[in-house]
Amino acid sequence: MGILSSNASIARYQVLGQLSDPVMDTLTRLLSQHAIEEIDAESIDKSIGWTSFENPFKPDFSQSSFVVGIYFLFAFRIDKKAIPAKVVTKQYLLEMERRLKDSGKESLSRNEKKQIKEDVLHQLSLRIPATPNVFDILWNYEKSTLWFFSTQKSANEEFESFFTKTFKLNLIRHFPYTAAMDFLTDVQKDILEKLAPSHIME
Amino acid sequence: MLDISVAYNRYKFLGNEFLSWLWYVMEHEPDRLNAVTDDNIQFTIGNRMVLENAAHNASETVTIKGDDAGLEEGMLALRKGAFVTELNLMIAEEEKQWQFTIKGESLNITGLKVPETGRIETREDIEGAVLEKIFLYEKIMGWIDAVYAFFLGVRLSSEWDDVVIPQIKKWILQ
Repeated sequence: MGILSSNASIARYQVLGQLSDPVMDTLTRLLSQHAIEEIDAESIDKSIGWTSFENPFKPDFSQSSFVVGIYFLFAFRIDKKAIPAKVVTKQYLLEMERRLKDSGKESLSRNEKKQIKEDVLHQLSLRIPATPNVFDILWNYEKSTLWFFSTQKSANEEFESFFTKTFKLNLIRHFPYTAAMDFLTDVQKDILEKLAPSHIME
Repeated sequence: MLDISVAYNRYKFLGNEFLSWLWYVMEHEPDRLNAVTDDNIQFTIGNRMVLENAAHNASETVTIKGDDAGLEEGMLALRKGAFVTELNLMIAEEEKQWQFTIKGESLNITGLKVPETGRIETREDIEGAVLEKIFLYEKIMGWIDAVYAFFLGVRLSSEWDDVVIPQIKKWILQ
């Protein structure tokens, strides 16, 4: 569900710090360096990275393609391969049977079984394509605010740590306390520090 | 400033009090929301409300959903000491309507539907459509921020204990 979706979910952040000048060059370089890598032909089961808003399956950050008005608009992609456990079991048992027949042995050692399982997982992960999940990001650089178009806990956590790893900037999530910090006076902040929940019906 | 994860848990109650207060204001002083937002808008409760009562070390959750659902169960939960933790809201400005769910503990917005925007027919239409969506999203964020700021002003003043709590209590018990 993204920015153009008919049904959006938004988690809001404040970005602490600035990118080094020239900002556009820095952003282009960092997005390209940390762009999502395809893993369909690899035995890796997960990949995360930045991608383009307009073409999330073919990232291209050249020619400021991530600039819309005063905003930076790009996306975060998480690709995961989910191999069903029953498929793994089936292939594992078939491979065990084949090895026993080939070797003429009556049983296999623990290490041989472990190796067979690893081989089966490796072969399956080469055959099963990764499922992509794309989350749009809207960054108002001037105001140091950012919207992440998902409120899924795991997606937000992966995004937060990858953003900091890529840009060396910290994110502060918008929630009742941090939102209050944006506009309270020092006196009000002191009151907030000591505030306790209300008990309306007591 | 407190550690972020500590602050998140410590101040969950503030977001829940905000949503509970908002329900009261929508019912009793809707004009106040216009004054706060500087826009001629109308807030109404949408098709979902979740209330939680965390009193006495036990947590009880009441979920009300459906377009025609009555809010009597919600009132009953408030009477027992619950607070609204999730609220589906509709905001109308003239002919335009926004609908979304806001969660008290995070202020996250989910299921946000904004007024219809122009159709995208060519690649060149995308930038305009994105800017139009951003404009509509920013409106809602601006309204929520303004109302939340107003709530905090009241919540952190003596007016909360002296005036607002007795009024809310009277509303709940009526």
